[in-house]
Formats: sequence, C-alpha cells, structure tokens
Amino acid sequence: MSIHVRDVSKAFGSFRALDRVSLEIADGALVALLGPSGSGKTTLLRVIAGLEQPDSGTITEDGTDVTDRHARARGVGFVFQHYALFRHMSVFENVAFGLRIRRVARAEVTRRVDELLRLVRLEGLGGRRPAQLSGGQRQRVALARALAIRPRILLLDEPFGALDAKVRVELRQWLRRLHDEIGMTSVFVTHDQEEAFELADEVVVMNQGRIEQRGAPDEVFDRPATPFVMDFLGTVNLFHGRIENGRAFWHGIPIPVAGSAGVAGPRAARVYLRPHELDIHRSGSATDGASLSAEVLRIAPGGAVTRVACRPAGADEPVQVDLPSDRARDLGLRPGETVRITPRTARVFPVDHDYVI
Amino acid sequence: MIALAPPPHAPPSDAVALAPVLRRRRSAVLPGFWPSAAVTSLVVTTMVILPLTVLVFRAAALGPAGFVAAAWTARARAAYGVSLSAAVIAAVASSFLGLVVAWVLARIEFPGRRLLDALVDVPLALPTAVAGLVYSALYVKNGWLGQWLVPVGIHGAYSFLGIVLVLVFVSLPFAVRVVQPVIESLDRDTEEAARILGATRWQTFFRVVLPALAPAVVTGFALSLARALGEYGSVVFISGNMPFRTEIAPVLIVARLEEFAYAEATAIAVVLLALSVTLLVVINVLQQRLAASGH
Repeated sequence: MSIHVRDVSKAFGSFRALDRVSLEIADGALVALLGPSGSGKTTLLRVIAGLEQPDSGTITEDGTDVTDRHARARGVGFVFQHYALFRHMSVFENVAFGLRIRRVARAEVTRRVDELLRLVRLEGLGGRRPAQLSGGQRQRVALARALAIRPRILLLDEPFGALDAKVRVELRQWLRRLHDEIGMTSVFVTHDQEEAFELADEVVVMNQGRIEQRGAPDEVFDRPATPFVMDFLGTVNLFHGRIENGRAFWHGIPIPVAGSAGVAGPRAARVYLRPHELDIHRSGSATDGASLSAEVLRIAPGGAVTRVACRPAGADEPVQVDLPSDRARDLGLRPGETVRITPRTARVFPVDHDYVI
Repeated sequence: MIALAPPPHAPPSDAVALAPVLRRRRSAVLPGFWPSAAVTSLVVTTMVILPLTVLVFRAAALGPAGFVAAAWTARARAAYGVSLSAAVIAAVASSFLGLVVAWVLARIEFPGRRLLDALVDVPLALPTAVAGLVYSALYVKNGWLGQWLVPVGIHGAYSFLGIVLVLVFVSLPFAVRVVQPVIESLDRDTEEAARILGATRWQTFFRVVLPALAPAVVTGFALSLARALGEYGSVVFISGNMPFRTEIAPVLIVARLEEFAYAEATAIAVVLLALSVTLLVVINVLQQRLAASGH
C-alpha cells in the first residue's frame, strides 16, 4: 500500500515536531526515517499510524484520505520501541490479541498464531510470559503480534534500539528477508545510520521537523544535499576554507570538489573531508603541491581500517584519517612523526548555509 | 504463509539471561540477616502476637460451652452478619470508587488535582467519630442531604446504609493509594498497541489495563475490608446500634465491656478475629494466583 504524506505539521506546545513534511512512500518499499532525537522522525511515524493527529496536512493510503481515521481503523501494524507486550498474557495470547478483537474463529486463531510463531522462530514458546523471554525474543513477539492482523503497512519505532549489538545485527538481516517475503510497505525509525543503510531501500534523513534529504542509501551517503546530512552520516573533518574555480582551498592546497551544486567561487565555504578520502604518505614521497605536512597524534587500529589522527602544520584542530589497515601496516606510522596528507576529494557548502545539529 | 529459512543460530545471549543473575549475593544497604530478623520478630511479637494471645487465653477461660454461649447468641450472630455484610459491601464500593479516583488523579490533568490528591488522605487523619457525627448530621431527616433523601425513603442515618457510608469513607484512602502508583507506572504503549490492533476504549480497558491493575485492586480491597471490619468510632454514631439490625460486632463488644462481661467480650472478639484472618488469608491466596498469572 502506498503512503502519501502531504504538508503535515504537528506541534507539541511551542515545539514544532513536524514542519510541513511531505513524503511519498511507494507500495512495498522499505523506508528508514533517519535522524537525531527530536528530529520528528517518531512523530512522523506516529502520524502515519494514526496515533497522532496532525495539526495540518493530509495522509493518504492508496489514494484514500485517512487523516481523520483513528489508528484502530487504519489496519496498520506497529512495533513499539520497548515492545509494549501485554505482560499478563502469554506469548500466544499476545499474538492472538488482534484476531480475538476481530472475533476470528477459535480454530483459525490457533492456526494463524502457530504459523506466526513459526515465522518469528518462537514455535513452542507460545505458553511463556513476556517476562520469561529475552529482549530479542520479545521483539519478535511484538512483530508477530503486529503481523497477525495482516497489515498492509508495517511501522517500526526504533525496532532494534533496546537490543544487544549482536542480536540487533541478526534481527536486522532477518527483518530484511521477512520484508522481501511478505512484500508489505514498511517504514522504520532509527538514529543509527548503519542500520538505515543496511536495511532500507530508501533513507529519509530528518532534522528539526523537516526532511533534509531522501534517496537510496548510496545516493544519500555519496551526495549529501545539505551540510546537516553530511555531518550526520558518519565522521567528517570540517574546515573553513575558500572555493574558487571548482576547487576548494584548504591551508593553501587545492582539493577537487565532488558534486555540490550551486557553489560558485570565489567565496568562503565549509569544506568537508571524509576520513577515508584522505591519504597519508611518507614525507619524502610528496611530489606535487597537493599535500600538507602533518604530525601523527594517535593511531587506533580497527578491523578493515586504521584510524589515524594527525595535526596539519599550523592548524589547531586535528584531522581524522581512515587508512586501509594493510596500508597503515606498510607505512608503519609512529605517533609524533611528520607525514604528508593528501585529500582526494571534498564536499563544499557555502558558509551562509545555516544549520544546527 | 511463508516459511523463512531459520537463522544460523538463535541469539545465544537470549537463553542465559534470566536465572543465575538473581542469585548473586549483593551487599545490602541495611544491616544483615540476624539484626533485621531480631527486630522484625520483636516488633511482630510484642505488637501483634502477644496481645492476640492474651485475647485468646481470656476467651478460653470460658470453656467450650461458655464460649459458645457467649459468642454465639442470636444477638451476636446478627452483629457478625451486619459487620461482615457492611464491610464487604463497603470494601467493594471503595475498591470501585478508589479505582476511579486513582485513575483520575493519575491520568487526568486538571486544576485542583493536587488539592484533591491531598484530600484523599483526610479520612486517615480525621478522628472517625467526627466522620460518624458529620455523616449522621447530614443524613438525618432535617440534615442537608436528609431533607431530600428521607422523604424518598433513603435513610442515611441510623441505618445499615449509614454504616456502609462511613465504612466507605474510612476505607477509601487505602483503595486509592494502593492502585494509584500502579496506574502511574502502567506502560502507556500497551494501550496504544491494543488500540492499533483494533480494540475499542472499553476493550482496551477491560483486556489490557484492568488485568494489569487487578492485583493492586485486590490488595486495596483486602485493606479496605480489614479496615471496615475493625471500624468502631464512626459506626457507633451513625448506626443507631439497634440490636439485630444495625449493631456491628465491635459495638457489641463495647456493650459487653460496659456490662463488665469481659470474658463474653473477648469471646466475641475472638470470633471477629477469626473471621478477619480467614478473609485476609483467602484474599492473599487469590492475590498470589493473580500474581502467578504474569505480574
């Protein structure tokens, strides 16, 4: 079922949770609403669910206006962040709740609940109480309960937020497969960009009650539309520099600028460098004028990348450089030594582009 | 429906989480087992067990035949009946009203809420005799309420109804205060979850909210009942104390004492005690059943 959010605003007292948000979600899509806390992502999800009435704007599902329709009449599935299971009911009764409300025949309820418990891999646990389950199992009960009423839209509020890192990754992959099998429109809220990128077909980045950018994960990551998106998606090195003739100047060296439309020079600009788009050379190997002398401060080994903090000569702020671990090993860097760093590409936004994180 | 391939393994952290952690010894804030056990048993012994033992011994002095003759007269049996029925009706009414009041105080924001919240405790502080006097003044034939109610046949003073009214007054704080914190701690998400699954307001209340509150409501009922069974001061002023009709057991005990019939008085007291203990044990068992069903 497709969802169309048009010009929706919602305020809580003087706080504008949603500010004229419009969003189209295609039938069968898996969409992530990504943003920091207070960005309005959960409010948007709740408005789509009918749990929150928008102050203005409309919600349509498959072209039908459902703005004034109460949550219980919308037939959406909703998974709450802290599961919201009924503690006094067994797992079976939790999953059966929506069916019992709909007065589904007893035999049909049993058949359907057993099927769902199998689907979420909890067969045999129907007699347990939620308190006897682990976090991951409770989350799957909540999912089965939401799916029991055969919703055509599934909404999930920070579905993996309260889980261990390991369980979270497993459930994430499992949810992706589940979505592909059932094929219903799904929207989930997260503040974890890794989760959004791994799970979603489309990522909607929100900030201060507005949509900053939407698009496929690689599109949003590689071509951030605003400084906020750039900043929010992963670590960046930010500098105040200049832009001239399509090149940014940082401490006097030119850097090729990657797709930031509408920036004409010469003018002051914010220069964003992702840590993996910088390279480190031994002092002697610098041949052109496109590298800076810098002192190595710290070296933090990781899995595939080694994180190196350097301070360019004459700068106050350190620069974060992510090197492939093999390359870091070959270089054999030591804290305190002087190297040359080369930026491969940069993103530039004009200084007057105002934003807050 | 779809059969998904099972994942490589069930999350391992899932299975171990529950049992062993609880058993780990913790260092306590207050002193350990022996001092606390000593204090507890001293308090319980001197404050509760000793007086009750004296009571039972005094009654035992009558001998079995004397005991029955004193405690099981027609007047005494009528008094137990009045005590028990008035207390049960009052406790039921208090539990229901307490649930409503607690819900309003916990869930609804309105001006004067904090004042109302403070007023709930007044019956605990007010001498109950005052309550009895005020209630009877209200409900007599020319009282503020009595002038309207007595002509239509509702006698709130010197009647069984009067007893129930003051018992509700003295027991209501217990019913409210036990349930209120539980309502405040309810997970509001579960109500939204029920709504989104298609439940109406009433279905949500009866299937999701009330079961979660049930143990607290039962506790409130037990406390109200215990309070109502033992109440004397307010009832003596409003009931009229007519033997066989509006005389409660505690009033009969005092009547016996005034006749210097101490043994008879203690015999009636023992029956009343046995009645209260039995009821509280039954309620406790019920409550444990409720608790075992998932709270």
